[in-house]
Amino acid sequence: MKKRKLLLISLLSLSLNTAWALTPEEKGLAIAVKADELDTGWGDQKQELEMILRNKQGQESKRNIRGRNLEVTGDGDKSLSIFDTPADVKGTAFLSFTHAIKPDDQWLYLPALKRVKRIASKNKSGPFMGSEFAFEDMSSQEVEKYTYKWLRDEKLGDNDVYVLERFPVDKHSGYTRQIVWGDKVMYQPLKVEFYDRKNSLLKTLTFEGYKQYLDKFWRPDRMMMINHQNGKSTDLIFRNYSFNNGLTDRDFDRNSLKRAR
Amino acid sequence: MSRLRATVLCLLLAAALPAQAVSWRGFVAAQERLFSDEPADPRQHGNNFSVSAQPELYHEWADGKQSLTFVPFARLDQGDDERTHADIRELAWGYVARDYEWTVGISKVFWGVTESQHLVDIINQTDLVEELDGEEKLGQPMVNLSLIRDWGTVGLFVLPGFRERTFAGVHGRPRIIPRVEKELTRYESSREQKHVDYAVRWSHYFGDMDIGLSWFHGTSRDPLLFPATDDGEIVLAPFYQIIDQAGLDVQLTKGNWLWKLEAINRDGDYAKFRAATGGFEYTFYGLFDTPADLGLVMEYLYDSRGELATTPFEDDFLTGLRFTFNDAQSTDALLGAIKDKHDDSFLITLEANRRLGESWKMSLQASKFVVDGLDQSLKSFAEDDFVQLELGYYF
Repeated sequence: MKKRKLLLISLLSLSLNTAWALTPEEKGLAIAVKADELDTGWGDQKQELEMILRNKQGQESKRNIRGRNLEVTGDGDKSLSIFDTPADVKGTAFLSFTHAIKPDDQWLYLPALKRVKRIASKNKSGPFMGSEFAFEDMSSQEVEKYTYKWLRDEKLGDNDVYVLERFPVDKHSGYTRQIVWGDKVMYQPLKVEFYDRKNSLLKTLTFEGYKQYLDKFWRPDRMMMINHQNGKSTDLIFRNYSFNNGLTDRDFDRNSLKRAR
Repeated sequence: MSRLRATVLCLLLAAALPAQAVSWRGFVAAQERLFSDEPADPRQHGNNFSVSAQPELYHEWADGKQSLTFVPFARLDQGDDERTHADIRELAWGYVARDYEWTVGISKVFWGVTESQHLVDIINQTDLVEELDGEEKLGQPMVNLSLIRDWGTVGLFVLPGFRERTFAGVHGRPRIIPRVEKELTRYESSREQKHVDYAVRWSHYFGDMDIGLSWFHGTSRDPLLFPATDDGEIVLAPFYQIIDQAGLDVQLTKGNWLWKLEAINRDGDYAKFRAATGGFEYTFYGLFDTPADLGLVMEYLYDSRGELATTPFEDDFLTGLRFTFNDAQSTDALLGAIKDKHDDSFLITLEANRRLGESWKMSLQASKFVVDGLDQSLKSFAEDDFVQLELGYYF
């Protein structure tokens, strides 16, 4: 994986000089690699997440989740999510080791039974906690998870953006393709359109309130997903990002699930 | 009495802690059981109401390295004095270091992977008056050291103090006939409930395989039941023997398949046997283009004692359907049937849950016992088909 990344980096530096010579596929990949490089080195992070689920009639229901993530070089990241509300699932914890190509390793902790359950991760397209976000939308975005095609550069509001099309490599993905509007300064997405297996527009995700942490890493305050087919929507509101917490693999093992409070 | 004192002490301790450092959660629930038939024993109650509560207090300090957990539980039951009971599910101090963890006090531990029964899970006694499925457990006093290594986790347990299994009382329903009389409980060890038990478990995962190996020496959690008389009435007297039990549990997670196996070898002066549960769960994701999933569960239950087994499951098949709706109310339903291979008797159960609003949960359970044949173990329950409705408030 590392070797491939090095190759891509040299491809990227090449692209800076000879952008005109690249095919749209090469240019798309080069942009994805650059975005990945710029978001490398954050180490570990914690954040609080409020999830607001809205049905067609506008009725809301809320979930509060604390999350922590560990950057893993050469593989996908590790993440642990702890549910604080709704009260009946309080203390439920979800551990995930993401991988670029092979299936993620996932465990669920059920506090009432004290049971740690290994769960199948094939269900990438399934909804996360009854929301409009699928598991694959929530997991770490590795370069190798997609193939890319640069479409055009344009303006989105006041921002200069690149527009990429990306195609999931995993055949179990719920999408045929996604279209990403990425900010040319931050190299972070501002908008993503998701096309379902029949290639019709399923969802639109928009990002708001990016702030820079550690003078380097951009994180949004809010992500809004609208499902065009069922009229439901889900907002994710992020609070209290913190970095350099000194987290290690030990904070992301099966034992840590049981004492996730 | 000493338990009451411990409870009071812990409550005082909790009150002394700064309020914001202590986190609370828990539930209170009301439950109604509805029976369709007259009871087999006229002393058993009819429809039955009960309420239960389980608050949970948690405090951590030293940057989360140390913690105190207190979880009392109590149920008030309209018809059954034995089901009206209280227990300390947890009252334990925890210490977490980089490569080891301590748990000292009353706590709860789960081992295993299968759904139909939990052969390997032996640390905690079953609180059988709560639910017939055996999922509810009593708190167990323990000193537990877990060593966390690259090659897995080794859990070392010293278990002072034995907890007797709870059984439905004279008026209780559903219950086994003849009833179990706890006053007649006997032990193999002269130290009785004071016998100190030991256990070791190694668990790890390799890619898509999760594995556990365990060994236990001490008082068997499931008693042998011997016929006896109590004031001229024929009853069953529990006898707890000393056993050595080795256990293995494995799960393979492959795409839509979960392959599961639990096996035990039990050695004691009064019962030597092997038992196993094995099978799979296959999940159809996004059923009919909806967000709902359907899981098909099949497990085979084996016990080398055959018809002499202390469980009704000695050569049986479980077939189950698990519906997960993946909606905002987390609706799910599990429909299961366990059938003996050599007999036409079977047990059908349905369990369904749905959240109401943000803090309420509605649960439905139904059991139907179809008794047709020689299998004595289910026969007691022939008249005990029931539907159970529970409404819980979670905080």
